[in-house]
Amino acid sequence: MAQIELDNIQRIFQLGDSEVHALQDVQLRIDAGEYVSVMGPSGSGKSTLLNLLGLLDRPNDGHYRLEGRDVTTLSADEQARVRRERIGFVFQSFHLVPRLTAEENIALPLLLAGISPHDRKARVAQALDDFGLAKRGDHRPDQLSGGQRQRVAIARATIMQPAMLLADEPTGNLDRATGEEVTQLLEALNGRGVTLIVVTHDPHMGERAQRQIRMEDGRIDSDSKRPAP
Amino acid sequence: MMRSRDILGFATRAATAYPMRTGLMMLAMAIGVAAVVLLTALGDGARRYVVREFSALGSSLIIVLPGRTETGGVGAGSFVTNTPRDLTVDDAAALLRAGRVTRVAPLVLGNSEIAYAGKLREVMVIGTTTAFADIRNYRLGQGRFLPEEDWRRGSAVAVIGATLHQELFGAEPALGQMIRVGDRRYRVIGVLAASGSGLGMNADELVIIPVAAAQALFNASSLFRIFAEARDRDAVPAAKTQILDILKARHDGEEDVTLITQDAVLGTFDRILGALTLAVAGIAAISLAVAGILVMNVMLVAITQRTSEIGLLKALGATGSIIRLVFLTEAALLSIAGALAGLLLGHLGAWGLRLMFPVLPAYPPDWAVFAGLGTAIVTGVLFGVMPARHAATLDAVDALSKR
Ligand SMILES: Nc1ncnc2c1ncn2[C@@H]1O[C@H](COP(=O)(O)OP(=O)(O)OP(=O)(O)O)[C@@H](O)[C@H]1O
Ligand SMILES: [Mg+2]
Repeated sequence: MAQIELDNIQRIFQLGDSEVHALQDVQLRIDAGEYVSVMGPSGSGKSTLLNLLGLLDRPNDGHYRLEGRDVTTLSADEQARVRRERIGFVFQSFHLVPRLTAEENIALPLLLAGISPHDRKARVAQALDDFGLAKRGDHRPDQLSGGQRQRVAIARATIMQPAMLLADEPTGNLDRATGEEVTQLLEALNGRGVTLIVVTHDPHMGERAQRQIRMEDGRIDSDSKRPAP
Repeated sequence: MMRSRDILGFATRAATAYPMRTGLMMLAMAIGVAAVVLLTALGDGARRYVVREFSALGSSLIIVLPGRTETGGVGAGSFVTNTPRDLTVDDAAALLRAGRVTRVAPLVLGNSEIAYAGKLREVMVIGTTTAFADIRNYRLGQGRFLPEEDWRRGSAVAVIGATLHQELFGAEPALGQMIRVGDRRYRVIGVLAASGSGLGMNADELVIIPVAAAQALFNASSLFRIFAEARDRDAVPAAKTQILDILKARHDGEEDVTLITQDAVLGTFDRILGALTLAVAGIAAISLAVAGILVMNVMLVAITQRTSEIGLLKALGATGSIIRLVFLTEAALLSIAGALAGLLLGHLGAWGLRLMFPVLPAYPPDWAVFAGLGTAIVTGVLFGVMPARHAATLDAVDALSKR
């Protein structure tokens, strides 16, 4: 059984009188621990796919089974719980809360999950250490560099030890060197078993993934696996 | 589920992160609560002032006036009487027979001219008897009050108020001097001690002469009022019955007088001013409703500003109810802080009032303080519900794409 199973997924947006088929008949299986890059032209449905995988959006038709469970029929609260416990998001624009320190930003998912302050402290300290942010814990986002911000965001995405990481152009706002650093960080996390799905416009980054998906007009155009080295 | 302490912490951080917005909202709340506190302090202060002044009248006092009115209180018709049979000095004297009545003083009232050494003045003249001084608690500065004598005799003596004394005699001694009131001459036998202002007649500007003298002066045979004093406060109802019985017997069985007691007067004023305070509090509470609407708008703006944050919270697994709770808590916190600030402001204002008008006991009543605080917090939360709901129902993907 694959970790992610998408069957006949349709996602249609109503724009005035016209319909936009953001996803059409998407059929996809992703196993636990895979490293997948999603590429394709702008407007081809990459972000829509990722939002759907992350339960931020619901398909108009089709089924999504996550770890064997049909999650399309779950209530909003149950979906929130799945997001909290199984899914980590990394965004192009980091999405840090500006008034909170790095530490507090990283602790947010623990806060939402009702973890005790004592446990929170230990786990956040560990995360700060792991991501090379030990001296930056009490800095606010505007006191951090772009790379540091994304590292805080990744620390936040992984603090609940999710089963999969969904990254939508995680290096889009970073320079090449910092982007490379962040990519390596994500790959290291994948190396420890987390499923990694990255949407990217950068062919170099896309090619580093073992499995590459190309999208075109809301359909999966190609899905190629590089033979394991 | 998120811990309530963490919700509180998160909401506090959010509230304090935008001082401008927070300040505005707190100000609106504070003004509303301060208005309630201050205005009720004013209203209740006035009520207490009046009650205190009336208490000075004496709690066992019964005032008899001619004519029948329906109620014992002071209503519009209280002083308007129909087909009155005059009260006479004999009526007053008869009341001395009532067992529960200790003192009786008949009262004649009129305006006249007073003259001494070429100085002229308009004054209010009271014709009464010895007991009046004790009934009204008049203290004498010099000399003595009207002598005990036959009420029908009316010797030519007068007691004058302190202000009048000052104006007519200045530093000269007044006792023993002859003054002219109307077309008659009276010897000054006493000067009242200065009493300051009182409700109704100001004793400092009175001329008091024997009742028979006043009747002669004003060419009247009737009385304006009869003042009677019951043995004590508890004896007032029994004394009233006795007075009524005696006067009824003297007036051919007709009950054609009205008795006013301090309790009735006080009760009426108490009710009127109490209602006034309540009305004023109500008006002030409207400003709290306005503050509530401001809270709503400020929260809606806050949610627009923090749309992407709401999206993020959803992506991190916050349920709709958590987001609702976070924003509701924020609104509640701001309202509570504003209400407390307003309470402080209102108390400061009341304190200022008391400094400016020392005679006015301008303390906000407890009920007003609680009602003000309660209304502020309830409106704050109530008007916070709609924005919080709105935040909770935002679409996560849309919210995340806002910057
Ligand atoms: N909320 C929406 N309402 C209407 N149309 C939408 C909405 N979201 C996406 N679309 C449309 O769906 C299609 C796919 O959008 P999507 O954001 O998935 O593209 P993308 O591949 O991520 O593009 P990009 O590389 O520019 O990020 C586009 O045509 C877009 O205009
Ligand atoms: Mg996109």
